Parts: sequence; structure tokens; C-alpha cells
Amino acid sequence: MADENAILEVFRYQPDQKSEPTFQRYEVPFHEEWVVLDALNYIKDHLDGTLSYRWSCRMGICGSCGMMVNGDPKLTCSVFLRDYHPQVMRVEPLRGFPVIRDLVIDLDDFMNKMTEVKAWMIPKEERSIEQGEYLQSPAQLARYRQYSTCINCTLCYAACPVYGRHTEFVGPAAIALAQRYNMDSRDGGYEERAETLFDEHGVWMCTFVGDCSRVCPKNVDPAAAIQQAKVSATKDFYRSLVPWGKRRTET
Amino acid sequence: MEVRRHDIVIVGGGGAGLRAAIAAGEQFPDLSIGVVSKLYPMRSHTVAAEGGAAGVIKPNDSIEQHISDVISGSDWLADQDVVEIFVNQAPRELVQLEHWGCPWSRMPDGSVAVRPFGGMKTERTWYAADKTGFHMLHTLFQTAMKYGNVVRYDENFAVQLLVHEGRCQGVAALDFRTGEVFPVVAPAVILCTGGGGRIFAFTTNAVAKTGDGMALAYRAGVPLKDMEFVQFHPTGLPDTGILITEAARGEGGILVNKDGYRYLQDYDLGKPVDVNDPEHPRKSTMELGPRDRLSQAFVKEQAKGGTIQGKFGDYVHLDLRHLGAKRIHERLPFIVELCHEYVGLDPVRDLIPVRPVVHYMMGGVHTDLDGATPLPGLYAAGECACASLNGANRLGSNSLTELLVFGARAARAAVEFGRQNSALATEALAAQAADQQRQIQERFSRRGSEPIARLRQELNEAMEVGAAIERDGEGLQQACNKVAELKARLQDLRLTDHSTTFNTELPAALELENMIDVAECVVQSALARTESRGAHQRRDFPKRDDQQFLKHSLAYRTDAEPRIEYCDVTITKWPPKERHYG
Ligand SMILES: Cc1cc2nc3c(=O)[nH]c(=O)nc-3n(C[C@H](O)[C@H](O)[C@H](O)COP(=O)(O)OP(=O)(O)OC[C@H]3O[C@@H](n4cnc5c(N)ncnc54)[C@H](O)[C@@H]3O)c2cc1C
Ligand code: SF4
Ligand code: FES
Repeated sequence: MADENAILEVFRYQPDQKSEPTFQRYEVPFHEEWVVLDALNYIKDHLDGTLSYRWSCRMGICGSCGMMVNGDPKLTCSVFLRDYHPQVMRVEPLRGFPVIRDLVIDLDDFMNKMTEVKAWMIPKEERSIEQGEYLQSPAQLARYRQYSTCINCTLCYAACPVYGRHTEFVGPAAIALAQRYNMDSRDGGYEERAETLFDEHGVWMCTFVGDCSRVCPKNVDPAAAIQQAKVSATKDFYRSLVPWGKRRTET
Repeated sequence: MEVRRHDIVIVGGGGAGLRAAIAAGEQFPDLSIGVVSKLYPMRSHTVAAEGGAAGVIKPNDSIEQHISDVISGSDWLADQDVVEIFVNQAPRELVQLEHWGCPWSRMPDGSVAVRPFGGMKTERTWYAADKTGFHMLHTLFQTAMKYGNVVRYDENFAVQLLVHEGRCQGVAALDFRTGEVFPVVAPAVILCTGGGGRIFAFTTNAVAKTGDGMALAYRAGVPLKDMEFVQFHPTGLPDTGILITEAARGEGGILVNKDGYRYLQDYDLGKPVDVNDPEHPRKSTMELGPRDRLSQAFVKEQAKGGTIQGKFGDYVHLDLRHLGAKRIHERLPFIVELCHEYVGLDPVRDLIPVRPVVHYMMGGVHTDLDGATPLPGLYAAGECACASLNGANRLGSNSLTELLVFGARAARAAVEFGRQNSALATEALAAQAADQQRQIQERFSRRGSEPIARLRQELNEAMEVGAAIERDGEGLQQACNKVAELKARLQDLRLTDHSTTFNTELPAALELENMIDVAECVVQSALARTESRGAHQRRDFPKRDDQQFLKHSLAYRTDAEPRIEYCDVTITKWPPKERHYG
């Protein structure tokens, strides 16, 4: 049983009631094994049913529960009260996104970006089901595997200073996802994706701060994806200057 | 109120819903497909599936063998025509997913790799490390994005099926952002809303798994089939219920009791093979027996005093240490991550505490092999449906494949139905949706005295006690009484949030109503089945009774408790036998 309390200061914003956001203070029982999300659930169930936030899996894989905890973007189902307590925990919506209500952010922009970069397979050569699977060696798989593990939690956007100022920036996760397909031996969509990746809101906006990779809870390393995309684009550019140059960089 | 019109409406954006959407979107570019989902599709709980998806692909395997494994795994309650279709179509679907980019783990020659799974006599489970569901869901979601004719209603909650003159013609959906209820109409609707494990306290299921689609269909007069069969997975982490995949045992992990003894050998699951023997793990025996038998063995071992007492209930140990760091990191990286994060352990060095946990519902909305329900225009696929593939016990790794096979089949059948029955009673449907909005407002502006969390907790406790791995008449009757009581108390629910902008209390209340209906079907069907079969084990009726119960139960809604009827199981070439493992 808990005999001490943990303290949370939670960002509240209810646009149909008050136009200004406020912080509300809650005390919840402190449990060693509780994640921050458990504390929010305790608040919701026992203290204040009006608090809104997203969650689903409680095992760090669905990507729903990202919030700022004491200024850092975190998956609240993967950080523990004990990581902060007895410090007060300040819980806010992910930075850089419009807030719909309380801790719920508007994801429309991110969802559109996933579509813009064509984060899906554009096969290099068509293959019928009867022909079976494309062969792909473990080494070929390893080249893009890490980028394919992005859970779309958008913590990297909350950390990205560029996105914070210019939401037109395609941003870390969408670029990582585009690279995930660019690097896949089965894919031939590099040129199609290049239109978005290398336009004025694409990879060149990145100033390589690297905060995206630092906060990524799944070690996707979007900063590496961005660097890699820049390098392949640069190679393409130089090749296009020489008559024998190949347009497309083999990835 | 704006009416949204499509050619088909899919409720749910998990594996089943997305596969259905792509099947329709790709094959019929002229059609418009609406996908209504209370979560963003990539948040759906398919994302949490770890171990893999079964389908015959390797030369040492055969269609017949997979069929026979499923049928005996089901304790003969699977419809054998459905099993045949499933097993035959499974490999195509998995290859299709490969073509869409799913990062399946590979053999050195570049072909897909497969691993052994419980109750399967041959290794046939395709996997993407131990994040198979995650990769399948993201592959499907990303693929679905390329079809302009798939229109998503993300974070919209289906509150009612719109039925007019005996035909289902759409759903009423609650938009979280605006609080508005609006009609999404189409001549065919496919429910892909997933399972309902959240009716129990200790479960691997996400908070969103509240049996919504089952409850919607049930209220529209469609029976829920075989609801008494609830799968307990033998290896969940105590406290959180986070799953430690069966793949851990497929790779060679073993289960030991408090003395380090492989206790499964005492429960008719075969003889242990030494972990260093190349024969280990021997398929379909010991740790690779079916889930129902393993979870039941835990209960018996617990009664014998062989389990370990812990703060969050009794447990046993899963031991992976002999697999070595390299294999563990390569094949089970997510398990390493979960153990590290949530219990502070390293499976390379430490034993993992595990106990049985509610995982999956074999039962669901009654459908045929095309996903069609008895209500014209209504289809269902995935975990919310019961096409009778899994019978009394699902074999691990069949569900992910089931989503694909039956998601696609339901979509094709629904499109065909819609073509034949395209007329829609739009005005009447809109009126129903408006009425639904009024009802919801009325119900939830009343200020009752029962907090949602309290009723939910009481429901969870009643299910945990009454509908456990082993059940009996008395306990089930108590659970039935409790659920009936909760149903009455729902009238007096207290809601404190009256905002229309992203109100998360209102959907929680709707989910609670759904859970109570679903739970009632589980306990009533379980009470009525006075035999033991698969996952349904009655202490007071310990034997399988083919004479009376080689039948599917069907729970129909009435104004009181559900009416339980039965229908025949389709047996084609595989007559009932004793199940044998080991
Ligand atoms: C932890 C875990 C691991 C598993 N591992 C495996 C495995 O290795 N192999 C295997 O074969 N199976 C596995 N399973 C089982 C399998 O993952 C599930 O049965 C399957 O993913 C269910 O998919 P679905 O599409 O039916 O439902 P879900 O993926 O749960 O999707 C349901 C969808 O319906 C939507 N929805 C629900 N209600 C409403 C509503 N009222 N209105 C609007 N939308 C709604 C949700 O938003 C969601 O999009 C596992 C299950 C769990 C819990
Ligand atoms: S790259 Fe990492 S931080 Fe960014 S969305 Fe993906 S998982 Fe989240
Ligand atoms: S709740 Fe799913 S990632 Fe946290």
C-alpha cells in the first residue's frame, strides 16, 4: 500500500469552457511500479473524470500516450513515477502541436505528412502472389529494419526545434518512414518520394540538432535517416551534373 | 446533421478492418469505403501482437497438417469447412503482406523464416522478430493510405448499427472532436472492432478492447456465438498483464515451477527433452502444447503448491537463459525491452515471472465463412467475429492470419451484397442517428451516483472470479447475478464531463455498457454449457460431452438475460477424437 503521495501538475485546456489553459494539481498514491500513465488513470477514475488524454496499449507500442513530462517528450506508459518522485511532475501536451483539449493534441498535420512522403511500398518490380515472396537477405532487411520500428508517437516532432518554428517541415518520423522504404531492397519509389523529401520543406530544413533521436523511445534514430537522405540526394545532384551520371542513387 | 455515404462502411481500423478496406479499395477503385475507428488505425491492438502469423509455406509442411492442428486445437468445435478455407488462403495472404513491405524475418537464402508455435506439429509461424502484429498493422495502415477511395473517420466511435426494414445500412458514429453523432451509411457494414478482454481485470488487452462491435450486433438481434470460450495465455507478466509471447517458448524457452522443475510433464503434455538436445523444443508437446492446456496446468500446479507466491498473485518462471544472448536479442528484442522496462529483468540472465492472463475471445459475432451475419448487410471479421475457425481454443498465431483471410473475404462479400442492394433509406437512417444523439445526451446529462470506474472494477472482479480458467455452476451463477445487478446500476451512472470537445468519459461509459452486455453473454453461455471443452473447463462437468455439446452456443438478446440456443458444428473429414499432446 502506498503511504505517500506523488504530485502531478497537469495542463488543462477545455476550449468550450475556458479559453485559457491552466495547470491543475493532483495528488495520487505513490507506487513503485506505477508509470505516469497509471497516475493519470488514477486521476481520471478517482479524482477528476473530466481530464482528457489518449492511451491504449500500456506497453509502449501503440504510440498514443506521448506527453511532455517535466519538459521532455515521453511515452507516459514507459516512464515511472519513481523516475521523478518526490519531484512534482508537470504533464503537458506534446509541444509543437495544436491542442484539442487537455493533453490531446491535433495529429492531422502528422498524418498528412505520412501520406505526402508516400510511406508505402512502391515495388521495384511487380510480382504475382503465385511467384511467392521477394527474396530479401537478413543483411538487406537490416538496412531499413530500424526505421520500420517507428510507432508514430510524434515525440520527435515535439523535440524538433525546426518543427517547433516551421510546421511545414516534413519532420523526423515522416522522413524516417520514407527512408524505411527507400532503403528496402524491394522498393523502387525513391524518385517519387524525392519530390517531397528534397523540396524546400524536406530534409534540408534539418539543422541536425539530433534531439529527435535522443527522445525517440524506440531507437529509430530519425536523425540518421535524415542525414542518410541528404547524402543520397547530394550524390544524385553531383551525378546529374556529369553526362554519364546515373539519376538514381542505389540505396 | 450531415449524412456520410459510402459503398461499404468498415467499423475498426485494426488488422481485420484495414485488410478489408484494402481488399475493397484495391479491387473496386470506383467504390468509396468508409473506415470508422475509435482509435487512429495504427494504435489498434493488433499493434501489440508479438509472436507471428501462421501459414503453410515450407516444403516440410502441408495444408492437411495445419488443418488437423487447428481442428484438434479447437477441441473439435471449429467448423471444418471454415478451417479448410482459412488454411488454404493463409499463405497467399501472408505473401501479399510481404509484397506490401512487411519486414518478415528471413532465412540466410532470403526466403521468409518460420518458427514453431503452440499446438502446431510443424513450424509454420511467420514472424517479424517479436513485433509481428506491429509490423503487420503498420504495413497495412501505410498501404491503405495509398488508396484515395478509403475515407477514414479516425477517433469516431460507432454507437449504433443503423438497421432499416431488416437490413443493416450504416452506423451512427460519435465524433470525439465535436461530440456530434452522425450517420455513416452504406448498403453493407463490416464490424472489425476486435475482442473484449477488458471485461476481465487481468488481461493482455488494451483499454480499447471492450467488445463494442459484439455489443452493437447483439443489440441489433444478431447472436453472439461460443462466448464461453475465453483464452487465457499462459505467460503474462504479473501486475501489468503484459504478454510474453509464445514465441519465447517456440524459440526454446521452458516453464519451471518454484523448484525449477518443468511441471508441464505432470499434466499430460509429453516428456521434457533436455534444452541442449537438438530435438528441443519438441513441437506440440510440453511448453509447445496448446494454451488452454498450459493455463489449466498452471492452475493444477498452483493447487499442488508448486507455484511461487508474489505481490500480484502466484506465478511460475519462464526460463530463456539457455538460448543465449545472441538468439534472445535477435529473435525476441521486444521481450528484452518489455522485461527491462516493466520488471527490471534481463531474460539473458534472469528468470521471467509469468502467470496465465486473459488474452483472446474465441467467441464473437456469429458469421459464416464469408463474414456474413444473419442480419442482411452486416458482416464481421477479426477477433470480434466468430466464423468458427478457433472453436473452443485458438492456436497461437492463427489470429493474425485470420484477420487477413476473413477481412478480405468479408470485404468481397460485402461489396457484392451492396451491389445487389444499393438502395438506402437515408432519411430514416438519419432520423435514427439523431435519435441516438438525443438518447446519449439524455442519458449522460442525468447526474447519477455510480462512477464508471466502480462499476467497471466490480465487473472485472466478478469475471475474474466467476469465469476463470476453471469454473463451476455456482461461481458462474454468482457472476451472472452480479452482471445483472451491474446492468441495472448502469441506469444510475454518474458522468462528470459534459463537454463536447474530446470528452473521453462519454466513450468510457459507452464502453462499459458494451462490456456488460458482452460479459453477460460470456457467463450465461458458460453456465449453460455443462461440459468441459477447450478453454471452457467446468469443475462440476469435467468431461467433454459430444452427445449434447458438439455444438456452437448462440446468445440472443432479450429484455432479460440472453437466450442461449445451439447450432451444429460443421464436421467434414475429421470426426471428433481425443486430443493428444506429447
Ligand atoms: C498482446 C497480444 C499479442 C498477440 N499476439 C498474437 C500473435 O502473435 N499471433 C496471433 O495470431 N495473434 C496474436 N494476438 C491476437 C491478435 O493480435 C488479435 O486477435 C487481433 O490483432 C485482433 O485484430 P482486430 O483487427 O480484430 O482488432 P483490433 O486490432 O483490436 O482492432 C479493433 C479496431 O476496432 C476499432 N473499434 C473498436 N470499437 C470501436 C467502436 N465502437 N467504434 C469505432 N471503432 C471501434 C478500434 O479503434 C480498432 O481500430 C495477440 C493479442 C494480444 C493482445
Ligand atoms: S521516430 Fe521515434 S520518436 Fe519519432 S514518431 Fe517514430 S518512434 Fe516516435
Ligand atoms: S499507451 Fe500505447 S504507447 Fe503508451
